[in-house]
Amino acid sequence: MVPLFELERAYEQAMRDPAFQAEFQYLLRNFAGRPTPLQFASRLTAKLGGPRIYLKREDLLHTGAHKINNAIGQGLLAAKMGKPRIIAETGAGQHGVASATVGAHLGLQCTVYMGTDDMARQALNVARMRMLGAEVIGVESGSKTLKDAINEAMRDWVTNVRNSYYLLGSVLGAHPYPTMVRDFQAVIGREAREQILAAEKRLPTHLYACVGGGSNSIGLFYEFLKDEEVKMVGIEAGGRGHGLGEHAARLAAHQGFTGARPGVLQGTYTYVLQNEDGQIARTHSISAGLDYPAIGPEHAWLADQHRAEYAAVSDTAALDAAKLLSHTEGIIPALESAHGLAGLIERLPHFKPSDLVIVNLSGRGDKDMDTYKRLL
Amino acid sequence: MTAALHNATRISKRFAELRANGELGIVAYITAGDPSLDATLQFVLALAEDGADVIELGVPFSDPLADGPTIQRASERALKAGTSLAGVLELVHRIRQSSQVPLVLFSYYNPILQMGLENFAAAASKAGADGVLATDLTPEEAGDYRRILQAHDLDTIFLAAPTSSDERLKIIAGATSGFLYLISRTGVTGAKDSLPDDLPALLRRAHQFTQLPIAVGFGISLPGHVSVLGGLADAAVVGSALVSEIETASSPDAAAAALRDRVKKLKEAGRHGLSRREATP
Repeated sequence: MVPLFELERAYEQAMRDPAFQAEFQYLLRNFAGRPTPLQFASRLTAKLGGPRIYLKREDLLHTGAHKINNAIGQGLLAAKMGKPRIIAETGAGQHGVASATVGAHLGLQCTVYMGTDDMARQALNVARMRMLGAEVIGVESGSKTLKDAINEAMRDWVTNVRNSYYLLGSVLGAHPYPTMVRDFQAVIGREAREQILAAEKRLPTHLYACVGGGSNSIGLFYEFLKDEEVKMVGIEAGGRGHGLGEHAARLAAHQGFTGARPGVLQGTYTYVLQNEDGQIARTHSISAGLDYPAIGPEHAWLADQHRAEYAAVSDTAALDAAKLLSHTEGIIPALESAHGLAGLIERLPHFKPSDLVIVNLSGRGDKDMDTYKRLL
Repeated sequence: MTAALHNATRISKRFAELRANGELGIVAYITAGDPSLDATLQFVLALAEDGADVIELGVPFSDPLADGPTIQRASERALKAGTSLAGVLELVHRIRQSSQVPLVLFSYYNPILQMGLENFAAAASKAGADGVLATDLTPEEAGDYRRILQAHDLDTIFLAAPTSSDERLKIIAGATSGFLYLISRTGVTGAKDSLPDDLPALLRRAHQFTQLPIAVGFGISLPGHVSVLGGLADAAVVGSALVSEIETASSPDAAAAALRDRVKKLKEAGRHGLSRREATP
């Protein structure tokens, strides 16, 4: 607990420190490439014949996904705390690449844990991390995916806590991680809110984003929480079926997805996919970044408060959405982000033409070309 | 000892005896259900007979964050064999038919939470467990847990770490009953060649904040480690070294024999803690 208290203190100091903030903003702008555009998806809008759709183009950031926002923030914090080494876990590899990138940029040694199943399906990102000088350690235990990578990263952290900083990539884990990661990602929503007001002179009616742990979605949602008229929808991985083990839908029991109950995993009390005995379940998703049995605790709270809605779409629906976006807008999305778009498409009959939607395009699809190639 | 003995006193009574005899206790950890609950019954009785002062029964969990590879593999084997928390409680009941050895359930919090704190505490107490250590539960989050377990005469044991500040040690000791479990090094469970150099200082610091017996664990596997702890701690926890014996043995009988052999040697070293204790100012 003491390392978590130290982290919380360092984080609170950093948030109040103008020099830290200036450096963070500088790197977001000049290294990561912020602000990202909010693009009107004209052909997609015409094709779907529903609401007006804008895309928040986090895929255009350096390293190809929103993960770099948080990696820069926490990387600076690690350096400020005097830790020469960062540890990260990764599912799709985007957070691993972002951490390796920031490690190289700030001169921090970087070790990334990744499930061996994920290493196979996101091989490009494994190569990128190694190119950036990071050590990538394959995790063979459990389901060989994100959950197991987090277990192993946490074991490394508790062992090497004196010289290492755990750069957790999503709004998961023990406090202060969910708060800290949200704050570093909240720039997405702050920009998007200004951009949509400038473009449309009004707030959006809906926000859509995919939810694995939930960092890109909370990053988009957070600035809009006070705008009660803005509906927020998080899209989970419905995988290939409704039974336990077939999906990664933690908040979509209303659609018949089974196995989610409040529980404790990796220091977080939230909705967790598990069996009757409290053993954490295997999950399935075509998307490595969404293939995780728990959801960020703030999403669980937003769901319980009915402030945000959550639903799941299947592997197939996500693939169809990826193809559609590629053909209509010239953007190959990450499989994760394609879930967000697929969620919107499934709800098209419920929209009015006057509705205005922002979809968070959290990452680009280069890493998923092996999966996409099988469709061609 | 009689079956009528108040549950929570089995642990305290054993530690009082150890202190009176000037012995270092041996707390033996094994994962329940590895390779089967029947085998675990045999192992517990063997360990208790040949020198284990307290038995920690590991409740297997899918995501054993605090454990190294040896106990991770044991958990996987136990889960594959169909072990559940309910099954482990049934095992406790069976152990109590023939042994009064103090029993601590060593579990991650989620299985307990899913059973329900009240259901769990009532069943554990009725089965004959003496204490519970929930590895991933912090004292701050343990209000209900402590209240309910105490109401069922179960000791609540918490972990203290080398990184625990004085302030933190005070909080942990305040939430703990039975004995304080002090982690010898930063990291996860697993046998190591030597104990950390700063362990004596850590133990002296911990003793300032509690009158409770202190058991030291993580990384302890050899009689030599146990000897070093004499005069500094009340007990040594040995886990992965025992679990390795179970993993590599050709049969449960062979494993039981290997466990007997190991715990005898460890206990022998623990008995010699006396001379060390007298020699240490």
